[in-house]
Amino acid sequence: MNAADLMLTTADGAAFWLPVAWLGVIGFGVLMYVLLDGFVLGLGILAPLSRDSGQLDHMMNTAAPIWDGNETWLVLGGAGLMAAFPRAYALVLSSLYLPVLAMLLGLIFRGVAFEFRFKGRGVARRAWGAAFSLGSIVAAFSQGVILAALVQGLPMQGGQYSGGAWGWFSPFAVMTGVALVGGYALLGAGWLILKTEGPLHEQARGWARPLMVAVLAFMGLVSAALPYLDSRVMARWFEGSNFLWLAPVPLLTLAVGWWLWRDASLGKGGQRPHDARPFLWTLALFALGFAGLLLGIWPYLVPPHLTVWGAASPPESQGFVMWGLVFLLPLILGYTAWSYRVFRGKVTVDAGYH
Amino acid sequence: MDALLLSRIQFGFVISFHILFPAFTIGLASWLMFLEWRWLRTRDGVWWDLYKFWSKVFAISFGMGVVSGIVMSFQFGTNWSVLSERAGNVLGPLLSYEVLTAFFLEAGFLGVMLFGAQKVRPVVHLFCTCMVALGTLISTFWIIAAISWMHTPQGHVLQGGVFSPGDWWAIIFNPSFPYRLAHMVLAAFITTCFVIGGTAAWHLRGGVQRGMALKMLKLSIAFGAIAVPAQVLMGDQHGLNTLEHQPIKVAAMEAHWHAGPPGAGVPLVLFAVPRQAEARNDFEVAIPRLGSLILTHSLDGEILALTSVAPADRPPVLPVFVAFRVMVGIGMLMLLVVAASCWAWWRGRLAQSAWVLRGWQLLSAAGFVALLAGWWVTEMGRQPWVIYGLLRTADAVSPNLQASTVAASLAGYAVVYAIIFGAGIWYLWRLLKKGPQAGETPPSHGSGAKTPARPMSAAGEADIAEGAHP
Repeated sequence: MNAADLMLTTADGAAFWLPVAWLGVIGFGVLMYVLLDGFVLGLGILAPLSRDSGQLDHMMNTAAPIWDGNETWLVLGGAGLMAAFPRAYALVLSSLYLPVLAMLLGLIFRGVAFEFRFKGRGVARRAWGAAFSLGSIVAAFSQGVILAALVQGLPMQGGQYSGGAWGWFSPFAVMTGVALVGGYALLGAGWLILKTEGPLHEQARGWARPLMVAVLAFMGLVSAALPYLDSRVMARWFEGSNFLWLAPVPLLTLAVGWWLWRDASLGKGGQRPHDARPFLWTLALFALGFAGLLLGIWPYLVPPHLTVWGAASPPESQGFVMWGLVFLLPLILGYTAWSYRVFRGKVTVDAGYH
Repeated sequence: MDALLLSRIQFGFVISFHILFPAFTIGLASWLMFLEWRWLRTRDGVWWDLYKFWSKVFAISFGMGVVSGIVMSFQFGTNWSVLSERAGNVLGPLLSYEVLTAFFLEAGFLGVMLFGAQKVRPVVHLFCTCMVALGTLISTFWIIAAISWMHTPQGHVLQGGVFSPGDWWAIIFNPSFPYRLAHMVLAAFITTCFVIGGTAAWHLRGGVQRGMALKMLKLSIAFGAIAVPAQVLMGDQHGLNTLEHQPIKVAAMEAHWHAGPPGAGVPLVLFAVPRQAEARNDFEVAIPRLGSLILTHSLDGEILALTSVAPADRPPVLPVFVAFRVMVGIGMLMLLVVAASCWAWWRGRLAQSAWVLRGWQLLSAAGFVALLAGWWVTEMGRQPWVIYGLLRTADAVSPNLQASTVAASLAGYAVVYAIIFGAGIWYLWRLLKKGPQAGETPPSHGSGAKTPARPMSAAGEADIAEGAHP
């Protein structure tokens, strides 16, 4: 009987359900972050493909009013993890010191570039464009590495991390980092198809298909590697008849891939392809990948060492914030949706600054 | 240097940079709210021109506050994992409420505030500005609650070194919280007030939009005349509270090493070079009994001396002592400038009085220095404790953290912050120097609703209009 089963039989009431609810909340927060900031990071990853400075303006302008709110979901993830699972927060962040540092420094450059690029001239303008792009790539890659480090299992001895500064490093971590960079680029391309028109729109459609193929290939590679990792993540997938119950997730992924392939088409037959659908399919693709991962990790937060119950703060802490979440999360989603609505529609290239 | 010392330097470094921007934007958001409200009431375009100008300053400052703030929310986990593990049950929920009630509110309405003036009705736009301003204040509430609890912890249950919440009301409204919150919010408002007044004086002397500059200066004087004296009183109250709960911190502020004979009172040390190892001051200049009068409001009041605790329990006296004098000194200068301005205004010679304008200009950024000095007093003064009396800073650092790793990250932060904040302050300076532009387009929903917003950077339009775009 492993630790998780033990908790399943001993914990009851609030001590059982609150950590589960919190895992749901943090999972939701991380998914929101990955989807929303993902497409903004994607813009930075795609930036080197832009044809000129004006086109990069166009790309950044589609996200300028909303990127800050998107990034806030990451802060919620951090603060929520500290509130609900302080042991996991302390263990993960101190163990993954270098990738977390790289992510933060990347996000700094990406974030200020939104303001600074439009103030610089000549070389400074190009430099902040490069900072936007490099910052996005470094942040995305580091997030992939952090995810991989958790999934592959942190080296631990006597309840303490024992891996040193580079204990998380592995080919799997690098592969996942690259995969996430590609995935965010796909989200970015979907966003551009939705929000732009003209040459940039056509280019984004051209990027979507190859990126999608790469992302599906990476998803396959990562899934194939999972059963061989120490953490035994995904063992559940192949236990007994589980695979039959979980089969809808990979099947849906393939179906979404097919729909995305179709709707990303450049529409050369004179028929105008749908502009919103490719973005929605990329969101769905990420949500499915995320769901697959959560199903594989459950009930661990730091597999195979800490379960949600083992890392949980007392019900007094978890309950206190849960009340706030119940009332505030719908409100937050409401006014966030409203601000997206205010800036709805295509962002055109020519308006504004000439 | 070990991982502990490097982590302390790193934390002090990143948070000192960070705090300048939220402090400035707390005041600036309320100032923008005031300007837009005036515009909506009077429909006088000058108010909107001022709003546009300061919202560009706000956009840059807020951006820098956000990116440096994200670092803070992970810093507790990366470098202070023992603190997070032991006190996360208490601190985590407070920080979570900050995100839920403040960060999302600010971020959600900021986009419309900066880029949506032509996309929503004017009153809705004012509402967005109000929500951003409210967000900055709510954020202050929660972060000060968390910090104050670490200074004057109560309402918790301590079991096996782990802090768990017992009574949330007691945790949030801990004994030093109201004083710290009022002191901080006033400090933020005054810092912003002096940036606005200093910029106005600069513009008046340089002949940039003199009408608007005089308006800003008068508003700054009026606000400063209320807020600066209020801050002096508030600081006094905060000091009394600190004396009650953290007497050794007050002893460090005063470099008060030894108790005098009974009834002699405590002198006010004007100048000294404190010697930590020898527990005494060199070159001391002091006024007898004045310390007692200020600190205890009586002529023979006693305060605890530093030597009443073991050397290992004493805070570093020199930086606390010096920083306290810097903070108080700047406060006195501000009081002087505000008083002189009121006098000149009353005599009807405000715009002509060169010394008053020079005073404002000199003190433009003084609020930031005072603010940092104040935080250094309170944060270094609580050492060697991170949770006062209960958890030592030395025991809170992440175990297994190698000094080389922290050194690398500290170097990384130093380089990146030098680039980012160097550029940011340069852009801010350029913006402030240029001054407000007359005739900005006020919000008028209906005219441009069909064209999508031109977001780009909130502060960039003017530069690009000059022909910077290739």
